[in-house]
Amino acid sequence: MLRVPRPDWPALIGTVPFFVFAAVMIIMPTVALLANAFVDRQGSITLTNFADLATSEIANAFVTSAQISATTALLGSFLGLGLALIVGRGIGNRKARTIIMTFCGVASNFSGVPLAFAFIATFGRLGLVTVVLKQVFGINLYAAGFDLASFSGLTLTYLFFQVPIALTIMMPAIDRLPRECREAAEMLGASAWQYWRYVGLPVLWPTVLGTLALLFANVFGAIATAYALTGYAVNIVPILLYAQIRGDVLHNEQLGAALALCMVLVVALAITAYLVLRARAERWMQ
Amino acid sequence: MKTVLRLLPWAAIVVAGIYFLLPLISTAEFSLSIRRDGYSLDAYRSVFSDPEFFATFGYSAVIAVCTIVFGVVLVVPMTYFVRLRFPWLRPIVEFIVMLPLVVPPIVLVFGYLKLFSSSSVLPLTSTEMGSNALLVCGYMTLSLPYFYRAVDSGLQAIDARTLTDAATILGASPITVIRLVILPNILFSVLSGAFLTFAVVISEFVMASLLTRPAFGTYIQKVGVAQAYEPAALAILSFAITWGAMGMIQLLARFAPQKHER
Repeated sequence: MLRVPRPDWPALIGTVPFFVFAAVMIIMPTVALLANAFVDRQGSITLTNFADLATSEIANAFVTSAQISATTALLGSFLGLGLALIVGRGIGNRKARTIIMTFCGVASNFSGVPLAFAFIATFGRLGLVTVVLKQVFGINLYAAGFDLASFSGLTLTYLFFQVPIALTIMMPAIDRLPRECREAAEMLGASAWQYWRYVGLPVLWPTVLGTLALLFANVFGAIATAYALTGYAVNIVPILLYAQIRGDVLHNEQLGAALALCMVLVVALAITAYLVLRARAERWMQ
Repeated sequence: MKTVLRLLPWAAIVVAGIYFLLPLISTAEFSLSIRRDGYSLDAYRSVFSDPEFFATFGYSAVIAVCTIVFGVVLVVPMTYFVRLRFPWLRPIVEFIVMLPLVVPPIVLVFGYLKLFSSSSVLPLTSTEMGSNALLVCGYMTLSLPYFYRAVDSGLQAIDARTLTDAATILGASPITVIRLVILPNILFSVLSGAFLTFAVVISEFVMASLLTRPAFGTYIQKVGVAQAYEPAALAILSFAITWGAMGMIQLLARFAPQKHER
């Protein structure tokens, strides 16, 4: 006689709700959009929605989004790397380091609408920096072409959380750089520059690229800061999608679903790149 | 040349310090200069005398607490049982908790609006309570990646299996084990996940806005459109909240059990 093992009830009751939640709250909404993106208004299966994404407004939104994400990711990860090297190698004072890292924790979570307000109070038309530059130094930022509600302004604002995120990710990697490598390089007569050029940076490189991918994904899907800062002035994908959901500006619900799916696709590619690179980076760190 | 090289890192630190401190200083200054004749706290007074401020802040705080409580109930037992009983499920769980990073909040809420619309099987969006529940579920999803990470590393730091065996031999049921043995031991990890969730949820904008909830995030945005100095005061307040939450996490990290070498 076959004995059926008694099910482990407590373990099942503890685990199953999570999978139900994930199915209903993460998988099903995404699948609903997926199903929506592949049908036309009459409900028959079609690919036209994806072809329609090539209209100039939507295509431009993707290009602008990619440019902003790439610019802030590049600047964020390289500035973050530089600062992480300085903080990790240069600053012996533990207290100063703790303060910097705590601030990074705060700044990387200080985003959304309040961040936009802070930058309006700083670099807006009446912001402190704008006014001081104009009255004390005679430099008119806005006459010189700067606008907070534009590409450059949005980039400047995004760096406020992109750089701290990069710093937070890279700090452990720099701390775990094997000390033996540096000693070995010095024994062989390498200068500090040669050490970083041929040993340090190649080891850190996957971490830097991984951070780049994560920062890209982080900004590509973000909306609150951009919306509060620019309204609809900068045409980026999340704002276009927001307008579509609120008022059907594309006049085509299925097109909105296709737009959302393409956004997920881009973010998914970036996150995958991040995960692959993180796995690579961890090979060096035990 | 040598001194220049030595000064370069310090110069970089100073420049970075200016970039990060200027917005805070400017916002604080701006929030105090509502009057022409000098600094005053009038902007803060105006914020605190607005009943909508308290109503929306209270609403978001309740939503945040619900998110945390339900998040604990959902994630802690799952993480515990997956570690102890179903280790083969681990890769699947790790994949699921990454998904909220891949599907941006705006796409997630777009899906909710389609899935739970008034014409669907489960018309959550057509009632107040339903929309509130949906918002809590949305926030639970948003916080899943780091909440799971916090709980999982907390469980890794304690020897969950030995603790469970010891408690079970003494006659404890699995629920008692989780409630009285596991949870207190990973309390600091759970709390640091909770504070991070609170900081993120309290001023969240997209989900609350698209589900038309009277939340703090949408209130802040509305004030920003209509007024000049009050938004700066609100930005300072929400920076203080974020700082407070992060400070608590730092503090908790000192008390948390350190990882054992085994």
